[in-house]
Amino acid sequence: MFSSSMRTNRRWALLLAYACLAVFAVFTLFPPYYMLITSLKTNEEIAAQAGIPLIIQDGPTLFHYIDLLTNTYFLVYFKNTIIVTVISVGVSMFVSVLAGYSLARMRFWGSTVMATGVFLTYLVPETLLFIPLFKVIGAMHLLNTYWALVVVFPTLAVPFCTWILIGYFSSIPKELDEAALIDGASHLQMLVKIFIPVAMPGIIAATIFAFTVSWANFLYPMAFIYSNDQNVLTAGTVTTLIRGDVFHWGGLMSGALLAAAPPVILYAFLMDYYISGLTTGATKG
Amino acid sequence: MTQPVVRESGGLGIPAGERASRFQRFMWRRSTLAVVLVLPLVIIITGLVVYPFFYSLYLSTLNRRETQFVGLGNFRFLFNRDTFWMVVRQSVLFALTAVAFKAMIGFVLAHVINVLPDKRQRLWRGMMLVPWVMPPALSTLGWWWLFDPTYSAFNWILGTLFGAHVAWLSDPGWARFSVILVNVWYGAPFFLIMYLAALKSVPPDLYEAADIDGASAVQKLRHVTLPMMRNIISITVLFSTIVTFANFDIVRVLTQGGPRNTTHLFGTWSFKIGIEGGDVPLGASVSLFMFPILAVLAFFILRNVRKRTAEV
Repeated sequence: MFSSSMRTNRRWALLLAYACLAVFAVFTLFPPYYMLITSLKTNEEIAAQAGIPLIIQDGPTLFHYIDLLTNTYFLVYFKNTIIVTVISVGVSMFVSVLAGYSLARMRFWGSTVMATGVFLTYLVPETLLFIPLFKVIGAMHLLNTYWALVVVFPTLAVPFCTWILIGYFSSIPKELDEAALIDGASHLQMLVKIFIPVAMPGIIAATIFAFTVSWANFLYPMAFIYSNDQNVLTAGTVTTLIRGDVFHWGGLMSGALLAAAPPVILYAFLMDYYISGLTTGATKG
Repeated sequence: MTQPVVRESGGLGIPAGERASRFQRFMWRRSTLAVVLVLPLVIIITGLVVYPFFYSLYLSTLNRRETQFVGLGNFRFLFNRDTFWMVVRQSVLFALTAVAFKAMIGFVLAHVINVLPDKRQRLWRGMMLVPWVMPPALSTLGWWWLFDPTYSAFNWILGTLFGAHVAWLSDPGWARFSVILVNVWYGAPFFLIMYLAALKSVPPDLYEAADIDGASAVQKLRHVTLPMMRNIISITVLFSTIVTFANFDIVRVLTQGGPRNTTHLFGTWSFKIGIEGGDVPLGASVSLFMFPILAVLAFFILRNVRKRTAEV
């Protein structure tokens, strides 16, 4: 009798859990859902005040997507975003792996202070720095080019990536380095042959993080770039696809969805790395 | 067992003096190499974080055209403006309310997901994390459209069910509500993930022991779960407070600080003044006001992270 009451208790708990989740799932997924159906509606249907706006009634159309890819700067933004993201992720990972290895394994004077400093820089928000950086970028003659973003994006990724890599590298048993040293391996060989392969999950998590912050950043392109041919997806979509004179919702939603797609797709495939990257930042040190 | 033997025989082949000098050479190379390896990081952080920060302190003491030193003139000017105090109040209200709701929703969702069978957990967790994965500037565009007063979903639902009509983004009160709502939507999954990880790290035997002692669900929550999660909760809350306080994307896309500057945060207002208005020194002064608050929060985060590292 005791176990059967436990079982009914558990069933009630599950039922309650699913009810609660259903409510939150609607809250979570309704905005992307509504963006999707809006992007597939005809302009007439979006502008019509009759009918139910929550579903597509006139049949889906790809008009907004075709228009987006042929009549706007969207593909230019896409190309610029890819260039900026690939370079800044490459630079960030190069810098973070070297620094993470050095700070985790090669104790030297000031290395612990430096590790703490890296963590503190991660806490500095971009809104505190964009105005002086605007002047710095201006002095480098990079204003209104996407190279400005290549220069500043590593500052968003490097502190966090270094921080989590210090954690991952430190968790590798010391016996491994000793064995490698006895075999006559140099430090760089050790890094490439042992540390990078063993800490691969950490490196993937850090790369995903670097990719996501570079792709999603909005403040820096808003502050540094004002020409269409130099802009990236976030700022470009927000500044040029909003047009005051015509009904633009379909085009805007298709642009926002396509621009958001790469990080979402990446996440769908690498969810576990993504989550371990998020949580280790605070749990490892 | 084999390793010490290998080490022994490897060492025996080399005379003691040569061994020492090799060791010294190795140590010297090691520390030089260590410095060389962190050098790129040091250059990036000094050049693009530390230097800009101090440069911003200098900038804030200049006049609009950056030709003259005005001391604390910019700050005095800000203190005398109502808009500034409104931004202070709104930033505090925005950050505290949004973080409180994110923390609560994340806490509830983490517990709810934790009772599901393992396979289902992955699915629901994956779904709940979607808002966190979309670039906020772009997902906020979707919200902006949802808040449209005439053609969009929210007012249609309200109108059909209650005959109500809400001026989401043009009424100051509702606009403040809207930016907080979007921020909660975007940030709650982060809390969910952190709490779920913390919940999984509570040893199951603690709950078994509590069961044997006849503890109720509420007692288990209070005396087992919360103490075990306390550190993660405080790190997450403090961290999220920094990020929320320094928010730019959501307010910029949704209201651009309007109506009549009522939804501006430090970040968006300094953008409006410094970049759009062309008054770089005043913009720098506005964003510098975030610093003391962030420094205090960062201090507590660091303390908690240290404590946690010591525990693990």
